[in-house]
Amino acid sequence: MSYAASAIVQHAWVIPALPLLSFLAVGLLVRPFSTRWAGGVAAASVALSAALSWWLAFDYLQFASPPGPLPTLLPWQTEWLRFQEGLRIDAGTLLDPASVLLVVVVTTVSALVHLYSLAYMDGEAGYGRYFAILNLFTFSMLGLVLAPNLVQMFVCWELVGASSFFLIGFWFDRPAAVAASKKAFVVTRFADLGFLVAILLLGHAAFDVRQQLGAAAGDLQALDFAFLGRSDVLAALASQAPVLGGMTALTLGCLLLFMGGAGKSAMFPLHIWLPDAMEGPTPVSALIHAATMVVAGVYLVARALPLFAAADGALTVVLLVGTFTALFAAAIACTQDDLKRVLAFSTLSQLGYMMLALGTCDGGDPTGHSAALFHLFTHAFFKALLFLGAGAVLHAAHTGDVWHLGGLRKPMPLTHALFLLATLAIAGIWPLSGFFSKDEILAAALHGGHPLVFTVGLGVAGLTAFYMARVYLLTFWGQPRREATAHAHEAPLTMVLPMGALAVLAAVAGFVPVSRWVALPGAAVHTGIDWAVAVPTTVVALVGFAAAGWLYAGDLGRSEAAAARLGRLYRALRHKFWIDEVYLWVTRKLIFRLVAAPIAWFDRMVVDGSMHGVGVLTRLAGAGVQAAQTGQAQAYAAWALTGVALVVGLLWAAARAG
Amino acid sequence: MAELLHAGGSGLHAWLLVTSALFSLGIYGLLTRRNAVGILLSLELCLNAAAVQFAVFNALRAPGRVDGAVMALFVVAVAAAEVVVGMALFVLLYSQRRTVDVTELTGDGRDSAGGPP
Repeated sequence: MSYAASAIVQHAWVIPALPLLSFLAVGLLVRPFSTRWAGGVAAASVALSAALSWWLAFDYLQFASPPGPLPTLLPWQTEWLRFQEGLRIDAGTLLDPASVLLVVVVTTVSALVHLYSLAYMDGEAGYGRYFAILNLFTFSMLGLVLAPNLVQMFVCWELVGASSFFLIGFWFDRPAAVAASKKAFVVTRFADLGFLVAILLLGHAAFDVRQQLGAAAGDLQALDFAFLGRSDVLAALASQAPVLGGMTALTLGCLLLFMGGAGKSAMFPLHIWLPDAMEGPTPVSALIHAATMVVAGVYLVARALPLFAAADGALTVVLLVGTFTALFAAAIACTQDDLKRVLAFSTLSQLGYMMLALGTCDGGDPTGHSAALFHLFTHAFFKALLFLGAGAVLHAAHTGDVWHLGGLRKPMPLTHALFLLATLAIAGIWPLSGFFSKDEILAAALHGGHPLVFTVGLGVAGLTAFYMARVYLLTFWGQPRREATAHAHEAPLTMVLPMGALAVLAAVAGFVPVSRWVALPGAAVHTGIDWAVAVPTTVVALVGFAAAGWLYAGDLGRSEAAAARLGRLYRALRHKFWIDEVYLWVTRKLIFRLVAAPIAWFDRMVVDGSMHGVGVLTRLAGAGVQAAQTGQAQAYAAWALTGVALVVGLLWAAARAG
Repeated sequence: MAELLHAGGSGLHAWLLVTSALFSLGIYGLLTRRNAVGILLSLELCLNAAAVQFAVFNALRAPGRVDGAVMALFVVAVAAAEVVVGMALFVLLYSQRRTVDVTELTGDGRDSAGGPP
C-alpha cells in the first residue's frame, strides 16, 4: 500500500478549502438571511474538516513504511507566483508529522469551539459575522500549517492576524475591545515586519546558493522549506560572507524570523497584546489566543529548525527568550484578578516552555523539537478547555473577576469537574497530558546540557500549579462573594459537550506517541517515565497546590498578609512590571514627540504648504485675469484679432528672415 | 493712382489695397460699433472685401475660368441669408430688451431695465 491509494492524502487541500468556502458562503450568502443557519453551516463545515483531518492522520500513519521515519509528502502543489527560475512561489499542501499534527489540533479545537459558540454567542448582534470570521481564521491557520514555503506561510500568517483583529474587536462598540484589537494588530504587525524582511534576506541568500548548486537543486525553489532544510544548502548558507554586524544572512534572517514568531507567540517583550486580547469573546480566546494561533510562532521556529540550528546563536536567543517569558508570565499570572487574564499569562508561560524546548536544540540534539510539538499538542486541549470553562463561568456569573466569584462548584458541577481536570493537566499531574509533555521539555533541558534552564522550568512548573490552583479555588470554592454569582446556573449542553470532548482529549493526549512521530533524525526517543524529571516536577506542583490551598482555600486574610509581606515585588507583578507603561512612554514621549511630531510638522508645513501655495498662486492669477473677462464679444474678438495679427506678424518676420 | 492700378501689368496690387482697406474698415466697425445693426453692416464689409478679392483673382489670374466669380456669388447669397437671420434676431432682441446696444446685453436679461413686454 502507498500514499497514492489514500484519497485524503492526495486531496488534503480539501481540509483548508472547506472552511474557506464556508467563510465565503456564510459571509456573503447566508448571514444576511438567517443567523441560525450561519452558525450551523460554519460549524458543520469545520466539523467535516475535522473529521477529514482525523482521516488524514489515520491514513498518514497507516501507510507509512514501519521502520523508517514518517515521510514528508507534497501531494498537491500549484504555481502561484513566478519571479524567475529558482524563485517560483507555489501554493501547496506539505504533509509531514508536524503539519498533520497541527491540522488535527486546529480543526478539532476549532470544531469544538464552533459548537460551543453556537450557544455561547446566542443572541449576539454579530452572530453571523462571528462565525464567518471564525471560519476565515480556521482556513488561514490551516493554510499556514500546510505551507510548503515561507511565502504561503507569511500570507496565511497575516490572514490569521487579520482574523484575530476582527475577533478581538468583535464588540466594536466597546472602547476596550477596540483598543485591544488595535494593540494586537499593531504589535503583531510590527513583529511581522521582521518576518517579511527575513523572507527577503533568506530568499536572496538562498537564491544565490541555488544558482551555485545549478542542476543539483532540482525543481526545489529558493524559499521552499524542503530546499532550506537540505544539509548542502545549509552549509553553503552558513559559509556566506557576513552582511551586517558580522552576522551572515542566515543568522540575521533567523533572528528576524524569530522576531515574527515571537510577536505571534507573544514572547517577551512583544507579549503585551495577548492579555488584552481577552476583550474578545471567550471562545475566541480559547481558539485563537490559547490553542492555535499563538502556537504559530512555535510552529514557525519548529518548521525552520534546520535553519536556526545552522545559524550561529539563533537558538540560544530562542532559549533565553523562551525561558525568560515562561518565568516572567507565570509570576505575573499569580497576581492577576481576572480569570481570563490569568489564563492569558498562563498561555504566555506555556508558550515560553515550547520556545525553551526548541531552544534546547542548540547543542545539535533535536529532542527538544519533539518535546515542543508534543507540548503544543497537549496544551491546545487543556488550555482550550480552561478557556471554555472560564467562558461558562462568565456566561453564568457575568464577571471574570475571581474576587467576585466563589462557591461555583455547587451550581455548576460539570464545569467545575472539567475545570479541575484541566487545572490538574496544566499543572502536570500524572496521568493527565500536561505531565508527559512538560516532563519531556524539562528532560530535554536537563539532558541537553542546560541545568539552569531546567531549574527555571521546574520553578515555573511550581508557579503554574500555584496560580491555577489559586483561580480554581477562588472561583469554585468558598462562598459566592457577589449576588450575581450566587444565581449562577450550569451551562447548556452544547457548551458542556465540547468541554467534555476536550477534557477527554486533555486527559489522554499524553499517551499519544506524538514525540516519536515528529522526531527529527537523531532525536532521542523517550520510553517510559524519566524519574529524574518526573519526581521533582510532581513534588513542585504539589508544593504549588499546597501553597495555594493554604493561602486561598480557607482564610483569605492570609493571602493579603502574604501580598503585604512581598511588598514591592508584589506590586511589580501586579502591574505586570509596568511593561505597558514603558511601551506607552516610549511611543508617546519618544516616538510621537521626537519622530512623529517633526514628521507631522514637515507634512503640514512643507508638503501641505507647497500644495496650498500652488493653489493660492493659481487663485491670485485667476483674479488678475478676471478683469479681461468682460462678457463683451467684441472684446474677445479684439483679443482674437490681436492674436491673429501677432501670428501673421511672426510669420512675416520669419519669411523675411528665412 | 493710375500707375498703382496698373502696377504689375494687371492692377492686382491696387485691387488688393482696395480690398484690404475695405476689410480693415469692416474689422474696425466690428470691434467698435455698439449698435448690433452697425456690427452686422461692418461684417458685410468684411464679406464683400473677400468677395471682391475672389472676383479680382478670377479675372486677373485665371481669366478662362469662373470659380472665383461663383465663389463671389456664394458670398453674396450667404451674406443675404445672414442678414435676414441677423435682422430677425435684432427685431426680437429689441422687442425683449428695448435696445440693440451690445454693451448693454450682458447677463441673462432678467435684471435688465427693459424686461419682456
